[in-house]
Amino acid sequence: MNIQIRGIHKVFANFPALDGVNLDIESGELIALLGPSGSGKTTLLRTIAGLEFPDEGAILFGGEDIANRPVRERGVGFVFQHYALFKHMTVAENIAFGLDVRKDRPSKEAIRKRVNELLELVQLSGLDKRYPTQLSGGQRQRVALARALAIEPKVLLLDEPFGALDAKVRKDLRRWLRELHDKTGYTTIFVTHDQEEALELADRVVVMNRGRIEQVGNNQQVYEQPATPFVFDFLGSVNILPGEVKNRELRFDGSDDVWDSESQETGLVDIYVRPHDLQIVDSQAPGLDATVTLVQRAGALIRISATLATSGERIELELSHLDTLARSRQPGDAIRVAPITFGLFPRAPHRRPTTLPDVVPNAPAENRERAR
Amino acid sequence: MTADASLQDPPALPPQFRPEGPLVHRNAAISEPAWVQRILITLALLFLLGFLLLPLISVFAEALRNGWVTYKDALVEPDAIAAIKLTLLVAALAVPLNLVFGVAAAWAITKFEFRGKSVLISLIDLPFSVSPVVAGVIYIMIFGRHGWAGPWLDENDIKIVFAVPGIVLATVFVTFPFVARELIPLMHEQGTDNEQAALTLGASGWKTFWHVTLPSIKWALLYGVLLCSARAMGEFGAVSVVSGHIRGQTNTMPLHVEILYNEYQFAGAFAVASILALFALVTLALKSYLEWRHGDELAATRRH
Repeated sequence: MNIQIRGIHKVFANFPALDGVNLDIESGELIALLGPSGSGKTTLLRTIAGLEFPDEGAILFGGEDIANRPVRERGVGFVFQHYALFKHMTVAENIAFGLDVRKDRPSKEAIRKRVNELLELVQLSGLDKRYPTQLSGGQRQRVALARALAIEPKVLLLDEPFGALDAKVRKDLRRWLRELHDKTGYTTIFVTHDQEEALELADRVVVMNRGRIEQVGNNQQVYEQPATPFVFDFLGSVNILPGEVKNRELRFDGSDDVWDSESQETGLVDIYVRPHDLQIVDSQAPGLDATVTLVQRAGALIRISATLATSGERIELELSHLDTLARSRQPGDAIRVAPITFGLFPRAPHRRPTTLPDVVPNAPAENRERAR
Repeated sequence: MTADASLQDPPALPPQFRPEGPLVHRNAAISEPAWVQRILITLALLFLLGFLLLPLISVFAEALRNGWVTYKDALVEPDAIAAIKLTLLVAALAVPLNLVFGVAAAWAITKFEFRGKSVLISLIDLPFSVSPVVAGVIYIMIFGRHGWAGPWLDENDIKIVFAVPGIVLATVFVTFPFVARELIPLMHEQGTDNEQAALTLGASGWKTFWHVTLPSIKWALLYGVLLCSARAMGEFGAVSVVSGHIRGQTNTMPLHVEILYNEYQFAGAFAVASILALFALVTLALKSYLEWRHGDELAATRRH
């Protein structure tokens, strides 16, 4: 079922949780809503489910506006962050619940058959008589998923599906969920604050910040062509350096060398360069002089911190251990650094990251406030 | 797929958390010498014995002092039987009413957001903070002959004060918080995720309540009902004001005990008192059984 979201606004006690959100989702897509806490991603998911109602705007399921329909008429499968399994029911009863409460309830035999199919699909056959408290986190997650799939939902919604699991289980489930999606073909939307999770799992990533969508694109687009400074900063680390563009020529502050710029920007700019898009060049080549302050070797990566000679700005580089110019650098060495690719944005009054300060991209979800 | 960590069973509980764990845990934080510990424990036990156990035993001892026959006679006396019947009737009316009110109040408070919620919570606690006598006087003021509704009630020949309806009303008022207070912390902790999950699965509000909410609170609910009925049977203050002490008609067991005692009929007073105490003990035993049987579910609730 394709979904269109048109001009959704939602305010919680003077706090704009969603501020004019537009989004088109194709049938069968796997979409990630990615953003820091307070970005509105969970609110958007709950609004699509019907657990919250928008103040303004339309949500179309297959062309039909359902923005004011109650949740139970929407036919959405929702997997809660902490699964919300019914503790007093067995696994089989949990999965059968959506069929049991139906007005046109299928026969007992049909329900049992469907439950067994779903148990097989989520690889929990034989655990049907267990209670949720007798399952591990990953197993509970699968039961929650099977329960949501039992009603043959128009769309499957998952709120931080891996947030409450430990790292190993998280990786397994991620791969498994992708396989399950390819097998079943449900239109799926999941919320995450983990950029790695979003980039690895989703067909398209919707990056959100402060109730707005910053960028929608496949994982390559959002990582390699970030549309806004926020996306640049939120997806991976970045060096932000001051510069100026004149006549399609970019000049770093304090340097005489120029780079071609395809950007339409003119005037003062912030230059966004990822650490692995910086390289060390010959002392004659165009570049910026810097002094190495720290060298860390992490497997095949060499991480170098350096201070720019001109502005004293600190920069980070990530280089391959095969890079001859990078090898055997010591703190105190003079190097010359040049960007391979970069992004240009008009200079912001505060150039430091737009990410909320309390967000650490890979911290466990429990430590953060939920974006409601 | 056997290597898939998410499919493995959760690890077993460490020994000290298993149900068959040791009776007494040695606590490293206790550093007092053994004799101090023993003296404190002895003092606590003596206090419990003197102030709780001895009075209870003496009630039964006094009741049976003149033998079984006197005891039986005191209980089969018509006024005593009427008092026992009335007490059970009042409890049988007040407890179901408070069961419904309590569940409804706890449901509203824990599952919905609305203005004036804190006022409602304070209102529920009001019967705990107001003296029962005051509660009784309030009902006299409203329904009594010279009260606000008195003349109208007189005209229509409805008796509330000095009759069974008044006693039930006063009992409902005094015992109102028990069920709600037992449920609110538990339901608050459970949150609304389960209900929301049921709604997304297509259940109606009513079905959600019966199939999801009620089963998850049933033991706390039963516990609240037990406390509520214990109090309903034992209530004295509020009932004393509204009952009018008409023997054989509006005397509940606590009132009957007081009247007999004031008339120096000690054997009778203690006999009825022993039945009242017996009701309390049965309630207590039921409560302990439930706690033992369903301790986990009750752990989340506050104790009174």
